[in-house]
Amino acid sequence: MSVQNASQESCRDCSERSWAAAEPLLSVRGVSKFYGARIGCADVSFDLYPGEVMGIVGESGSGKSTLLNCLAGHLAPDAGEVQFDTRAEGLKDTVTMSEPERRMLGRTDWAFVHQNPRDGLRMGVSAGGNVGERLMAVGARHYGAIRESALDWLGRVEIEADRVDDRPSAFSGGMQQRLQIARNLVTGPRLVFMDEPTGGLDVSVQARLLDLMRGLVRQMGLSAIIVTHDLAVVRLLADRLMVMKSGHVVETGLTDQVLDDPQHAYTQLLVSSVLQV
Amino acid sequence: MTKTDHYNFAYLDEQTKRMIRRALLKALAVPGYQVPFASREMPMPYGWGTGGVQVSAAVLTPEDRFKVIDQGADDTTNAVSIRKFFGRVAGVEATERTAEATVIQTRHRIPEEPLIEGQILVYQVPIPEPLRFLEPRETETRKMHALQEYGLMHVKLYEDIARHGHIATAYAYPVKVAGRYVMDPSPIPKFDNPKMEMAAIQLFGAGREQRIYAVPPYTSVVSLDFEDYPFQRMKAEKPCALCGAEDSYLDEVIVDDAGGRMFVCSDTDYCATRRDDGHVGAMGAPYEEGQA
Repeated sequence: MSVQNASQESCRDCSERSWAAAEPLLSVRGVSKFYGARIGCADVSFDLYPGEVMGIVGESGSGKSTLLNCLAGHLAPDAGEVQFDTRAEGLKDTVTMSEPERRMLGRTDWAFVHQNPRDGLRMGVSAGGNVGERLMAVGARHYGAIRESALDWLGRVEIEADRVDDRPSAFSGGMQQRLQIARNLVTGPRLVFMDEPTGGLDVSVQARLLDLMRGLVRQMGLSAIIVTHDLAVVRLLADRLMVMKSGHVVETGLTDQVLDDPQHAYTQLLVSSVLQV
Repeated sequence: MTKTDHYNFAYLDEQTKRMIRRALLKALAVPGYQVPFASREMPMPYGWGTGGVQVSAAVLTPEDRFKVIDQGADDTTNAVSIRKFFGRVAGVEATERTAEATVIQTRHRIPEEPLIEGQILVYQVPIPEPLRFLEPRETETRKMHALQEYGLMHVKLYEDIARHGHIATAYAYPVKVAGRYVMDPSPIPKFDNPKMEMAAIQLFGAGREQRIYAVPPYTSVVSLDFEDYPFQRMKAEKPCALCGAEDSYLDEVIVDDAGGRMFVCSDTDYCATRRDDGHVGAMGAPYEEGQA
């Protein structure tokens, strides 16, 4: 909670902002996941407030993807609870809720952006169909309206309208990733999970994608949890940072605070490992 | 009943028929739901109607009159061999008249003549899962049926419109049965879809895929569509060249190598009955010796 206090002090004039006083959107308590005797992630707790972007950084194998999958309902955690502020019933534990409910969340209030766009897209379906799928999954049955919002979203992620009937396999890696983002945001989710969204893209495409994501997150007031090993990504996007090592959270704080004044030995190593051009 | 010294009636043993009947009852109780069953090896290759044959064998009684059609025709290879099969192992009476038959096994068509109460229509189904080509994982499609997550089915229709300007799916057009399960009506033309709300019992057997499903009489069967692209029946815009019928589904037949073609009823019994009644189409002049 010290993090929350710190953020309030650092912008006293903006304490009117709704998220500062609101209930948390996502409240995680003691989430653990074990793969046999090995630790996936252990005893992770945090609160995420509406409109807040949290970064999770750490080296490969530190448990950050495991944690993200536990939060998004793709993996069942062995212990702990994940309370999500549902529209109908307020805070509700997504670990113990029924599967239809969880899958419903997965296509309405939640979005999941995979590292590899091939995991998140239907490669045999046109770009418009990919964007429209979530709309049709929640009951949209008007072709003209579906197509219109597909075109609108392609525009927002800077894909030309004449590519709407092309399949994702005809797109470049950066375009595929942007298409995946459009497909996820079309139903107006409140919480976005991103697993290394810029992994595998070259730096100029990365920069464009980051710029786009920052704009969308701010415009739509999205909350997001971004898993990455790229410190530049979290510096740009994240309000808060969680550093993981060997399945444990070793340091949390405001992004600039953690990156500029790392306290834990591992964080210091991580920050000093970044190559300077 | 004379052949029972060599085979059990209708080829299958009684325990197998019992197992299939239990699956059929469950399928009728949950319209459109795919019930797994222990499909047997039949003396014909997969893809030739092993599922339909097993369902027919389980419902046939010695008093039944049996009709088999393939693409609407009584005289094609598949239909002839299945009719002969049951003539031999069940000794049931065969008929080509839709109205006279009590059990009709069909591949790819529903007869033109409306079926009545007491009749059973058995479909041969190659792929029972309507979501198969959209979602290859069977575990996932089963979950989607269970949770009624059918948005993906509309993605297929969306793709049709995006590519062709209209819903181009012309056969195996997905339907929603009794407001619950989305079902593949087997590869019948979508022209036949509206006929599925009928008085007869409809049973579907997929032998290789080991699934049975059913539509009870008078059950709602709704073809999926979009509000602005409603479901439309489709047939050749011609009358039948032999019997002149304008309401039946037509096959296109190439008659020479100069682009000549004719359209004829795919339901041979319907066409023959009409011609017997004196209807004659444009090319339906009676054949006379010495002509041509």
